[in-house]
Amino acid sequence: MDNELYQAVLLQHSKKPRNFGPLENPTHAADGHNALCGDEISVALRIENGAVAEAKFSGSACAICTASASMMTGEVKGLTCSAVETLAGNFRQLAKDGTGPDVPAKLQVLGGVHQFPQRVKCAVLPWETLVSALKSPLG
Amino acid sequence: MDLTQIREQFPFLRETVNGHPLIYLDNAASSQKPGRVIRRMSRFLESEYANVHRGIHLLSERATAAYEEARTVLATLLNAESPEEIIFTRGTTESVNLLANTWGRTNIGTGDTILLTEMEHHSNLLPWLHLAEVTGARVEFVPVLENGAALDFEAARRLLEKRPKLFAFAHVPNTLGLENPVRELCRLARESGVRTFVDGAQSVGHQPVDVRDIGCDFLACSSHKMCGPSGIGALWGRRELLAAMPPWQYGGEMVDRAYFDKPATFRDPPARFEAGTPPILEAAGWAEAARFLTETGLDAIREHSVSLANLAAAQLREIDGLRIFGPDVRQSGIVAFSIRGVHAHDVAFFANERGLALRAGHHCAQPLMRKLGSPSSSRASFYLYNTQEDVEALVGILRETVAFFR
Repeated sequence: MDNELYQAVLLQHSKKPRNFGPLENPTHAADGHNALCGDEISVALRIENGAVAEAKFSGSACAICTASASMMTGEVKGLTCSAVETLAGNFRQLAKDGTGPDVPAKLQVLGGVHQFPQRVKCAVLPWETLVSALKSPLG
Repeated sequence: MDLTQIREQFPFLRETVNGHPLIYLDNAASSQKPGRVIRRMSRFLESEYANVHRGIHLLSERATAAYEEARTVLATLLNAESPEEIIFTRGTTESVNLLANTWGRTNIGTGDTILLTEMEHHSNLLPWLHLAEVTGARVEFVPVLENGAALDFEAARRLLEKRPKLFAFAHVPNTLGLENPVRELCRLARESGVRTFVDGAQSVGHQPVDVRDIGCDFLACSSHKMCGPSGIGALWGRRELLAAMPPWQYGGEMVDRAYFDKPATFRDPPARFEAGTPPILEAAGWAEAARFLTETGLDAIREHSVSLANLAAAQLREIDGLRIFGPDVRQSGIVAFSIRGVHAHDVAFFANERGLALRAGHHCAQPLMRKLGSPSSSRASFYLYNTQEDVEALVGILRETVAFFR
């Protein structure tokens, strides 16, 4: 079955997600939920000196959401918190209409979701959860 | 039941998706409409529409006649004692909220217990949880057995003996493919003096439902699940119980005498519970749907849907890693399942690309699906216009989907 949404690279990320599992000594964390389809995802961060030192995710989600979270956690490492927020906004635009500026090439593969309105939320949920984690320091 | 003749009556079957014929297996969410319901509503708008119960003119007389005739048709469908026992609402959800806010507020107080089951749709869960919160009542749940195979009947017996004020449960739950033993449960409740509310959203219009035979006190159902339009449903209640219930929503139509300087008096049921302009057009459409289903034969419709669900379940079980919730033998037309390593949202998306409409998600029963260990699952639900070819398409597409994602 070929499909313009489920491209090979995306499928690889969903089958073998990067940065999946618990994070040791997280400083920030948040849960996200897509009430429409039951996707549940948690993002944990270790922030040092105003930048993301580590990012991991866990939960149960569809292939698009899982692949998006896998790519996202790889991409934000080393970015400052404000750079992460900017990128999250640009990614959301990419997912919604395919035009997000300054989104790294690796993430562009997810731009295909804009043709499938009911899947936009799947791709964006990890980023929304990430932004919410940035605002949720632990302890 | 002549399947070809039935299918010819449903215009949606002419739709295609990416060149594939549309296969609709999302009937537990909502059903499609036959041409005669569509035509009835169109004719009503063309020559019978006005507001009801208030105009001294031809169109208002016609609209009122159609609206009240719908009440009679529904009363006959449910074998109610009289049409006055049928209250029109926006749907099952509003019916439950109505009941919780009227009967519930006057009969349930601090320390009382409301008994539900673990297999309820959010619509028969959240109104009661809210009522318990504001009144200080407790909510208890009859558990489901392993894999949702059945309601724990012995637990139900024990919990009913503790004399809760109300036992509210689904006749046919929307996920598990089972039918609760509604007569026996209502008998047990009656023996303990417990009032019963039956959620008939998935049963009315899918099989014969007789409120007097069931022996419940209240029952709710929705038009859109049974070939009628969305926007209308009903609450049936025994006449003396309805008569003792206070109003819920206030406004036109439900009032008897209104004053500036003293309390208003209210009309008898059903008018007391139908404030404002009701779903008039929808009532006309729903009545036509009920006539259509009755003429087709509700026993035959059930047999058809359940046998397709059983055929599907048997073939789906052969797919590696596919788990079906509920009993081994289907009791309703519903088959909910999860597939190891493939998320339900991806299943539904792939199915849609091939023209197959499935439901994915928690099916508005989050606590149940959590208990079954599957926060997200897929659901195929069958109705009178589905065919064995639909089952074959479902199985074929799922096999392809599994191969793609594994």
